[in-house]
Amino acid sequence: MSDYQPKILVFSSEKISDPAIDLAGLLKKHYSPLVYNITLQCTSSVKPRWILHALRSGIDGVFIASDGTDCAYRSDCSDLTNKSIAKAQEVMKEKGIDLSRVKMAALCSVCADPFVNHMKSFSETLANLGSIKNEIGQKDG
Amino acid sequence: MENQKSKIGVYICHCGGNISDYVDIEKVKNLIAREEGVHLVNNMMFTCSDSAQVDIVNDIKENNLDGMVVASCSPKLHLLTFRDVAKRAGLNQYNYIHANIREQCSWAHSDKTELATDKAVRIIRAAISKVRLSETLEQIEIPAINTAVVVGAGVSGMRSAIELADQGTNVYLIEKDHFVGGRVSQWGKLFPTEEPGENLVERLYHKVKERENITLFTGAEIKAVNGSVGNFELDVHITPRYINGMCDEAIQDQVLKACHAEVDDEFNFGLTKRKAIYKNYPNAYPETPVVDMDLCDKCGECLKICDGRITLDQKEENISIKAGAILLNTGFDPYEPKEGEYGYKQVDNVITLQQFKRLIESNGDKLVYNGKKIRDIAYIYCVGSRDAKGENKHCSRYCCTSAIHTAVDAKTKFKNIRNYHVTRGIRTYGKQETLFTDSSRQGDTYFQFFEGAMPTVENENGKALIKVKDALTQNEDIEFTADLVVLVTGMVARKDENLVNIFKVPVGSDKFYNEIHNKLRPVETVIEGLFIAGGCQSPKNIRATMASTLAASAKANSLIQSGMIALEPIVAKVNPELCEWCGACDDLCTYNAFEKVEYEGKTVAKVNEAMCKGCGACTPVCPTNAIDVVSLSDTEIETMIDSFVRDVEFATTTTEEKADSFAEVVDFEKQVRVLPELSQRILDSLETEPKAIPDIAKELGVAADDVLYHLMSLRKYGMIKDTDEINEDEYYLYELKK
Repeated sequence: MSDYQPKILVFSSEKISDPAIDLAGLLKKHYSPLVYNITLQCTSSVKPRWILHALRSGIDGVFIASDGTDCAYRSDCSDLTNKSIAKAQEVMKEKGIDLSRVKMAALCSVCADPFVNHMKSFSETLANLGSIKNEIGQKDG
Repeated sequence: MENQKSKIGVYICHCGGNISDYVDIEKVKNLIAREEGVHLVNNMMFTCSDSAQVDIVNDIKENNLDGMVVASCSPKLHLLTFRDVAKRAGLNQYNYIHANIREQCSWAHSDKTELATDKAVRIIRAAISKVRLSETLEQIEIPAINTAVVVGAGVSGMRSAIELADQGTNVYLIEKDHFVGGRVSQWGKLFPTEEPGENLVERLYHKVKERENITLFTGAEIKAVNGSVGNFELDVHITPRYINGMCDEAIQDQVLKACHAEVDDEFNFGLTKRKAIYKNYPNAYPETPVVDMDLCDKCGECLKICDGRITLDQKEENISIKAGAILLNTGFDPYEPKEGEYGYKQVDNVITLQQFKRLIESNGDKLVYNGKKIRDIAYIYCVGSRDAKGENKHCSRYCCTSAIHTAVDAKTKFKNIRNYHVTRGIRTYGKQETLFTDSSRQGDTYFQFFEGAMPTVENENGKALIKVKDALTQNEDIEFTADLVVLVTGMVARKDENLVNIFKVPVGSDKFYNEIHNKLRPVETVIEGLFIAGGCQSPKNIRATMASTLAASAKANSLIQSGMIALEPIVAKVNPELCEWCGACDDLCTYNAFEKVEYEGKTVAKVNEAMCKGCGACTPVCPTNAIDVVSLSDTEIETMIDSFVRDVEFATTTTEEKADSFAEVVDFEKQVRVLPELSQRILDSLETEPKAIPDIAKELGVAADDVLYHLMSLRKYGMIKDTDEINEDEYYLYELKK
């Protein structure tokens, strides 16, 4: 396994998945300190350009903590978020960026353990891929 | 970008060590002070304390700050607190951004303190970049229907309905069962009034019926919910009673005898059978019995006796109701022991506390179970509770009191019985402790076990043999037989996944409904307009249930009674310059928030702010990128990302930088000494001699609590210390640390 410590950007939702991330902290469940969170109203609002901006800026992976069927706004929130991810991945594919640098999973408001597990496994995946800077530098640069 | 905020105040909270034990606050402060737009940075022991709030208000006013960042706990706890601080200081509340450096930093990374410090800097930097771009916003007002739906007509739901109705709110009271009263109607005498549960139910029911603005639906189940706070729309399915009104009591008896279809009676926890035509108990309300159509085979025997009133062809109904707020008062389930747990369902004479309560109610002057007279009763406590490795880790708090009260009640009613309590320590807290005294005086025997050595129950010649390693007699192995074993079971969350799915109400790891904050917002949920109270939230006795019920009713009423609700202005916004009206946003929006308008000779989309919920689902589908959610624009999100990524350069070890760093620390210490006036006065007071908190408070003419708070800060910064001595009133003395 690689020693590289990847940076992860999480998009969470204010009412459902962000409370799960809070709960993980409340329960002192540890995950990588290189995980940064931006809270939205609903993850269906994630624009492909935000994902691409993050990757271009040096974020190694983007994790979208969707509400799934728990979404207070719309039952198809995960489907819509998936469409944004697919659009971002089209560009990533063109640029030669590994598509597994974007991941989505549904988290409920008490999914502290699943969140931590996702962060651990996503960190491992990204560590094995290495720095995004190398990837963009080699394939896009 | 124009109009960026350039005088930002940043307040970093120690949270009494919850943050500062893991995050190097001074390092963070020094780095944050260098950020663009930051005018001042202050560290505080508790930013949420009253005195800190006053300091922040004064800071904002004196420095004419145009933005504020508070870096502390989750915004779910104190966002509203600091918005209020901003308002008091004359700062627009949306020019304040919260940075969560506790739940998502110091606690989550307490194992890696250096990286936690690094992350705290990045999180605060992102908040600063967001506040720099923040707009001055006003809340959106939407109409609210002054009607509440109360789900569950137990004592909690009925009390909620009465309270709301008396405050002028119309109420739909929805009960799934055909009779009101919930769990309380199943219990006999209640401590301390000794009033039977069914009497309490009866009184509340009559109060409900007296109020014209309460509509009670029984046999009613919520099937779907649409809309949102202020204007919920609920689809309710109603199962009829199949009986029109009351008939003569004698005829009722004949009808019940004629009905041959039987099933275990849930009301008596399966101890007895009930017919297809039934009432939970003779005085159940509403008074009209009900026909269980799942059980009825339509033999027609009842129709021969009571033709006309029993109408088996009544139709089920679906109705739609509108409400501004919803209160969930759906109660709890008693824990059902697993088969074999302390002999449950394997040893004949093992029942639960709830069954025992029904047994007492249904027996006359002799206590009989399964045809056998009962004399010796063993009560095993904490069954299905306080199980560190099991599903139910919680203590239900009410069970010790309930078990002892039931034991006292049983001995009062059936004189010759003997009670043996096998406990894990008695928790008859508060006034309920008198029950324990009563029980001891009447001769009840107590044993105590610990989690590692659980008692066992076996069958021995038709009796139950109980073995317990008794901690009260130096772990002596004790064996005794009992005619009846009562398993004292606690409360668990109801298995109502349907409601969880419909309302999207969050549940905790204990499966009970989850409030926003256990202490600060105990009856609100993250779903605006949805409140929780009573046993559906956590185990509660009736008194605690009523307290939460009244709180939830007051919150719901205050939300909707004015007919208007102030909503967050975090809604979608269309840039008409970029919009070319393609309809993609309109097609996607489920709230019908878009309308077509003309703008400079072209058709564009416009957002109806009252309809928009701010989900932002429309923003990625716009082909011209003309839509943003307010405060979550591309620029705001992307500068936040940049702030996360930008390197954090901690102070290095060169002599020059060390000197700089030292200077900053000195500056910081000066601020601590100078800024809080009371801290300085306390220091001055301690110049003469060591003093205790009450003495300082008296001397300075301030509250002892305020002195305590400032002393904590001063001690944290190493400016004072405890003397390890106490004065004649037994208060600790504090002195200057020189």
